[in-house]
Amino acid sequence: MKKTSISVKRRAVCAAENILMYIAVGLTTLLLVGILCYIFYRGLPNITWELLTSEPSVIRGINGILPNILNTLYIILFTLIIVLPLGVGAAIYLNEYARNRKLVKIIELATETLAGIPSIIYGLVGLLFFVQFCSLGTSLIAGAMTLVIVTLPTIIRTTQESLKTVPQSYREGSLALGAGKWHMIRTVVLPSSVNGIVTGCILAVGRIVGESAALLYTAGVANEIMGIIEAAKPGSGGSTLTIALYMYAKERGEFDIAFAIAAILLLLTLIINIGAKLAGKKLKK
Amino acid sequence: MNKAKKLLSLFEKTMHILFAACGLVAVAFVLIITGYLIISGLPAIKEIGLKEFLLGRVWASTATDPRFGILPFICTSVYGTLAAIVIGVPVGLLCAIFLAKMAPKKIAAVFRPAVDLLAGIPSVVYGLVGMILLVPAVREAFGLADGANLFSAIIVLAIMILPSIISVSETALCAVPKEYEEASYALGATKTETVFKVVLPAAKSGIAAAVVLGIGRAIGEAMAVMMVAGNVANMPSLFKSVRFLTTAVASEMAYSSGLQRQALFSIALVLFVFIMLINVLLNFVIKREKK
Repeated sequence: MKKTSISVKRRAVCAAENILMYIAVGLTTLLLVGILCYIFYRGLPNITWELLTSEPSVIRGINGILPNILNTLYIILFTLIIVLPLGVGAAIYLNEYARNRKLVKIIELATETLAGIPSIIYGLVGLLFFVQFCSLGTSLIAGAMTLVIVTLPTIIRTTQESLKTVPQSYREGSLALGAGKWHMIRTVVLPSSVNGIVTGCILAVGRIVGESAALLYTAGVANEIMGIIEAAKPGSGGSTLTIALYMYAKERGEFDIAFAIAAILLLLTLIINIGAKLAGKKLKK
Repeated sequence: MNKAKKLLSLFEKTMHILFAACGLVAVAFVLIITGYLIISGLPAIKEIGLKEFLLGRVWASTATDPRFGILPFICTSVYGTLAAIVIGVPVGLLCAIFLAKMAPKKIAAVFRPAVDLLAGIPSVVYGLVGMILLVPAVREAFGLADGANLFSAIIVLAIMILPSIISVSETALCAVPKEYEEASYALGATKTETVFKVVLPAAKSGIAAAVVLGIGRAIGEAMAVMMVAGNVANMPSLFKSVRFLTTAVASEMAYSSGLQRQALFSIALVLFVFIMLINVLLNFVIKREKK
């Protein structure tokens, strides 16, 4: 290959395209590094033991985000408990049971539609349906139910993908040995696809941790420490980390705490992303 | 023995029905969402009048003589989304090209998780950074009284749609058959020419899907926009405080009542219609790609 055969004009166009590309990549990198550094720079110094372990109190002049941390954990727990059987069940149906092509298409279309709906609409419908119609009140459980809808597509899709990777011969072998269908799924198919389900859970946790618009009017903005039993009751609302960040930054102008929460959220995102990657890698093996 | 068999088959049938029910839950959710939005969104539109509601230029929901025109919100959402796409798509696409075709393996191995991280950052965090860094910067740079305006919102939206555009178009670029590239090289094209003139056009429907997905993301984003757009119901102008469809719903929900509250549901219905149209478009684009 002789470079001399390329005209000046072609070379100039190539160079321009390359330069544009590197500018875009540089911009994106700069953006990410900038956001990360700025948030850690403003946030990490404000993360103190007291902040992490106390309840906010105006009288004692204490700021604390323990209730928000607990609420986030509760919501993750409640959501996963409900969405996991539903999502995995739906994926099993789609992949193992369904004979009716039309029904499969409808379910898949519904899942895709759910994935495209913005969270503010989920929040509104959550408010109408779970908070008011099911009279759960502004509560963690109403928030968790709303997030079940939000995370359902993720769980279904990842589970379905991992179910597809289970070799057909496993199923045939199991059935040939006289196993019933459910027995076959429980003992052969599900254990081989557990990594995909774990990946789905991690992605769902990421979505829950970052969710705000769907929770603002369903889970409320309270900042009190609750035990897990109390938190599961209808009517006991509380704000998660994201909602707390929003309230501190937008409504109360306390940016130090907001940045501390942002730094914690970023760390969580980082951990979740690494976790998902590790689980995904295991899946590929 | 026969009895046990019957019991077993009954059990299997129950399991089958149980799993089918799980699958139908997703359908039920879509129906609930659609149903609730229509039922709660229509009364206000009926009372205000469809034309007045969609084309009215004044939103004064708490005035003594309340006006409910949502044209400012619709226009803001459309302009904001389009502008974010105009900025975000070229940058995202170039990054995707870099990731898919140009980057050395080691750099791609760092850049890809970085994009994933960008995608995972919660929207309130983007909002916070926008509020503290971008809004004052915009105010200084353009000599405005307030930096919380459409321009800031567009920048934040462009950043937020970047990761999804990058990852979807990267997938599309990687799906282009190797033979295309080899043929192009055989004809004497350089690597850059091959990527930009052969691979990129071949991946165009996948890239179209990325753009549509980006539109959906941008039009549905609420919290980050609420923190940087100023939240005043103006007709859109680059350096004015504006309100999007999403933020119009979110900002008044907490204290609304009566017709005002119903009007908010109507706004949500309009937003939902937009999203559904985008979904249909996305499905159409993906289907065409599969062919």
